[in-house]
Amino acid sequence: MYDFNYHKPGSVDDAIKALRKASDGKFVAGGMTMLPTMKHRLASPSDVIDLGGIKELLGITVKGDTITIGAMTTHAAVAASKDVQRLLPALAKLAGNIGDPAVRNRGTIGGSIANNDPAADYPAAVIALGATINTSKGEIDGDEFFTGMFETALAEDELIISVSFTKPKAAAYMKFENPASRYAIVGVFLAKTNDGVRIGITGATPCAHRGMRLEEALNKEFSTAAVDKVIMPVDKMNADIHASAEYRAHLVKVMTQRAVEACK
Amino acid sequence: MPTVKMKVNGKPVTAEVEARTLLVQFLRENLRLTGTHVGCDTSQCGACVVHVNGKSVKACSMLAVMAEGCEVTTIEGLATGNTLHPMQQAFMDNHGLQCGFCTPGMVMTALDIVNRNGNELDEATVRKELEGNICRCTGYHNIVKSVRAGAKAMGSKP
Amino acid sequence: MSATQSGSAAGTGIGASVLRKEDRRFLIGKGRYTDDINVAGQTHAVFVRSPHAHATINSIKTDAARAAPGVVAVLTGTDLAGDGIGPLICGVTVTSDDGQPHRAAVHPALAQGKVNYVGDHVAIVIAETYAQARDSAELVEVDYGILPAVTSTAHATDAGQQQIHDVAPNNMCFNWPFGDKAAVEATFAKAHKVSSLDLVNNRMVTNPMEPRAALGEYNTGTEEITLHVTTQNPHVHRLVLSAFNQLAPEHKLRVVGPDVGGGFGAKIFIYAEELVVGWACRKVQRPVKWTADRTEAFLSDAHGRDHVSKAEMAMDKDGNFLALRVMTNANLGAYLSTFATMVPSYLYAFLLAGQYRTPLIYSEVKAVYTNTSPVDASRGAGRPEATYLLERLVDVCAADMNMDPAEIRRKNFIPKDAFPYQTPVVQCYDSGDYEEALDKALILADYKGFPARAQAAKARGKRRGIGLSSYVEACGIAPSAAVGQLGGGVGLWESAQVRFNPTGNVQVFTGTHSHGQGHETTFAQLINELLGVPIENVEVIHGDTAKTQFGMGTYGSRSLAVGGVAIAKACEKLIAKGKKIAAHALEAAEGDIEFANGNFSVAGTDKAMNIAAVAFNAYVPHSYPAGLEPGFDENAFFDPLNFSFPAGTHVCEVEVDLDTGEVEIVKYSAVDDFGRLVNPMIVEGQVHGGIVHGIGQALLEGCRYDSEGQLLTASFMDYAMPRADNVPSFDVDYAPTVPIHNPLGVKGCGEAGAIGAPPAVINAIANALGIKHIDMPATPENVWRAAHAQQRPGQKAA
Repeated sequence: MYDFNYHKPGSVDDAIKALRKASDGKFVAGGMTMLPTMKHRLASPSDVIDLGGIKELLGITVKGDTITIGAMTTHAAVAASKDVQRLLPALAKLAGNIGDPAVRNRGTIGGSIANNDPAADYPAAVIALGATINTSKGEIDGDEFFTGMFETALAEDELIISVSFTKPKAAAYMKFENPASRYAIVGVFLAKTNDGVRIGITGATPCAHRGMRLEEALNKEFSTAAVDKVIMPVDKMNADIHASAEYRAHLVKVMTQRAVEACK
Repeated sequence: MPTVKMKVNGKPVTAEVEARTLLVQFLRENLRLTGTHVGCDTSQCGACVVHVNGKSVKACSMLAVMAEGCEVTTIEGLATGNTLHPMQQAFMDNHGLQCGFCTPGMVMTALDIVNRNGNELDEATVRKELEGNICRCTGYHNIVKSVRAGAKAMGSKP
Repeated sequence: MSATQSGSAAGTGIGASVLRKEDRRFLIGKGRYTDDINVAGQTHAVFVRSPHAHATINSIKTDAARAAPGVVAVLTGTDLAGDGIGPLICGVTVTSDDGQPHRAAVHPALAQGKVNYVGDHVAIVIAETYAQARDSAELVEVDYGILPAVTSTAHATDAGQQQIHDVAPNNMCFNWPFGDKAAVEATFAKAHKVSSLDLVNNRMVTNPMEPRAALGEYNTGTEEITLHVTTQNPHVHRLVLSAFNQLAPEHKLRVVGPDVGGGFGAKIFIYAEELVVGWACRKVQRPVKWTADRTEAFLSDAHGRDHVSKAEMAMDKDGNFLALRVMTNANLGAYLSTFATMVPSYLYAFLLAGQYRTPLIYSEVKAVYTNTSPVDASRGAGRPEATYLLERLVDVCAADMNMDPAEIRRKNFIPKDAFPYQTPVVQCYDSGDYEEALDKALILADYKGFPARAQAAKARGKRRGIGLSSYVEACGIAPSAAVGQLGGGVGLWESAQVRFNPTGNVQVFTGTHSHGQGHETTFAQLINELLGVPIENVEVIHGDTAKTQFGMGTYGSRSLAVGGVAIAKACEKLIAKGKKIAAHALEAAEGDIEFANGNFSVAGTDKAMNIAAVAFNAYVPHSYPAGLEPGFDENAFFDPLNFSFPAGTHVCEVEVDLDTGEVEIVKYSAVDDFGRLVNPMIVEGQVHGGIVHGIGQALLEGCRYDSEGQLLTASFMDYAMPRADNVPSFDVDYAPTVPIHNPLGVKGCGEAGAIGAPPAVINAIANALGIKHIDMPATPENVWRAAHAQQRPGQKAA
């Protein structure tokens, strides 16, 4: 990796100041994607601003049916949180199945969401649960947050503070893993909410998105048979050495059906 | 160059390092603790697993400066004098290693598994928990046996 | 030789599952692998590699890199050639069908005007730190003239393909027919039934967990180069680097293979980086260290397998095998690696008889060049390819004849009373009882209970399948005379020195190399068994040309079967000499001295002295037999009369999820014949590891290039290595026979699992789905498509 200036600010304000001062600064959370990318010299920030020292980005709080998870909360902490397990067991399960145990001890929810890897797990949950992304500049609706492959609605100098989820009536996340990387080839997060069924799909396309056709079908009839009838847009699906577009389209339906079974 | 201070295997260390120095490089090159290995560059193989503040991390995916003020434990920090840690002993008793290269990471991960899952581990749990550690030699059969036996032995220790 | 049978499972001799002596250092982080070694004044090297699969090099500009901070030197092929360093070699000649030797393309260690695969070596950048070397390597400017790439194994020799090497028209390295073609064709013409199968043996990356590394040091005073390197055979490295690459005279080159983190074949070969580092350390007069990262390992380690074949079996009306015909294209990559030509020829075609009486076999192997990484031996080397082809074909035969797969095998097995058995393909199997292994495996796997389990799975919406693989392999490589007849450039004997120190402990010097196999324990057990010395008093020394006598190293499951026998022969010499010394000390006739359990005694008396005391007398010969040399230290070489032929039956049971195509291995049983086991615990570990290597090939691992020759699977993110949750625990048992050609009664065991497993897994999947065939790796998508009888668009044989 190329060398860089390292900063470890103690507050969100200082972090943003450091970024603004840098010629090409980058925030780093757990570093689980950022550091391998830098090691392969695919990124070369002039300044790395480590968010690991900012206490206000940590912690899980519950208010009524809403659970708010600090951006620097690790996947391991989310998975182990009694509050998350109680209010959002599907999210705890999702977090507990990202990467491997050592990765979960470093990787964070904020880092994962801000990076928006097309095969990351959290984006599916954010979309399906209609989460709110609380940032240093305000709030971003989960539906609006993921704008393209590795792209989000965050401004350059905007930092995720926390993510708020509202407890759904039921939810499940089903992931079909890439046998090599263990990222999602397809991940489907299904939530039964007061506004009906919401589905977040990751891995299948360049950016996580809502499964509108599936939602429509399931809102009419919440059954695996209803999923069968949905025609998936194969031409929109990713294709790579691990899975063709057609197979991904098929897996979206299978994972959705498994989520339906789990939510019954 | 930044200065980094941490405790490694109970001993305080201070060094000047380039910011880009990975924790694993710091351990291997600066401290000459070569028991922690590098088997890949994509944080898949787990040969570099150490504990930072009691939790397993992949030392190839963490900067040395990120461990500022932390307590780091490596494979070299487990045995007490000539007495192996029960998990190390379990790997020996159950032929849980062949070439030895993945072994330090396996043992450090195994301890983390026990810390989170307790001393009675079923096979499926151990196999799932080992997904971040690749071994080419053993076929995992004896590693799984070792982790389960080591977990049990750790529980029976006072 | 009569190895005594006194060792018992409870002791520490032959047959005892002794815990490994080497484990302690690995468990406390005190293993000493090449990259762990640092020397004063050390520099760090990074290789500039070709990003193109096929290109001419118009120019290399190194000025900017040379001027970068910390850079010590930037060296290219011009510098290498200028110093008279020779190209890399291939040590085995195969004669092509035109009577000419195989077409060997020149393989420079640093490119000479052309690159032929992605990762090919263009320059070495040496700097004070690794980071500086890496930074400045990016400043080396190479102007490439990009050429079309050849990547297809099946089509490399097609008309109109881009030509890679002038010396090899149509990209053909050799076309090697073997067997009586006319007789086979005549038999096919009148056969009751011909079963046929097209299949691909998928390309694998061997991936030992320790990446390759080299550390070169040059001593200006002694003019000696010391090369620490990740090797399975330090003396072979030294020999080749001296004799063929002119790196340094053999006596001025020390090669050390310290602790090596797995090999599986990938660390047999003499690679460009090792030669260049050895040369560069003298050139820059500083120690030079290079360690591969994993992507470099994917690009530059020799790969394995990569065959495209058509297999046909002619049968009579009862399902007796009459003749086998095999046409294979084997991809050798861009250049010939050290033993590349041997793998798809002698190690492949000579195993095509398998466990069967098939009287006629004809094979034709076209070995082709492509713009991909070199391909060479990888765990099993040729034998997995032969076994996969044959054992898959046998299942197709069974289906075509409407016979049970176990029964068609049993019907065609070489019967146990037919050994030694001369196959039609050179090999003469020395011992075996294939039916016993099959019977035991069927019981271990509860073959009879399978239909009920399949029914239960079906009720759960899953499909179960069971698959057999009855393999035989030739290992314990190898009789030198056979190697020589076949065009091999080396002898494959093994050597040992067993040295008593005056205080009675023992140093065993072996020419083999341990990189996971546990020689330090197994060989100590041999000493314990043969000389009665406690294993804690035995030290096994290997891997350093300055410490050990010449030896050939470890591959082809040869260490115990060849190297172990050399140790035993050295022990025999010690016993013979010890009898003379004891006779003198005990005032008895030499003929009356008996040796057992570490004691020399006078027959029929209680007069005795132990071997440590004898050793002491030999070094302090104050009262000593007249004319006898002092010292208690013996050398022996062993050149086997034949290969060893491990065999067995593996049974795999799978459950397939039809919705996703995921395959779960629910049960795996293996019954092997490894002859006599020295350390059953270690043997079982080798079996486990081999099986998972084979399961990896069957289900997960597949090396893929795109049409431009870019490696698409260049990291563990894209190349799926088997992990703990991909595999079950295994049921392992043995059906040993006595190999008549091996004085210790042992066979090799390191490769058997990787040979036996792939067809067992694929046969089980084919059985589960009721399909004829599915190529490896049987990924979820491919299984899903097979289950739903769909062909993936654009998915064709490589």
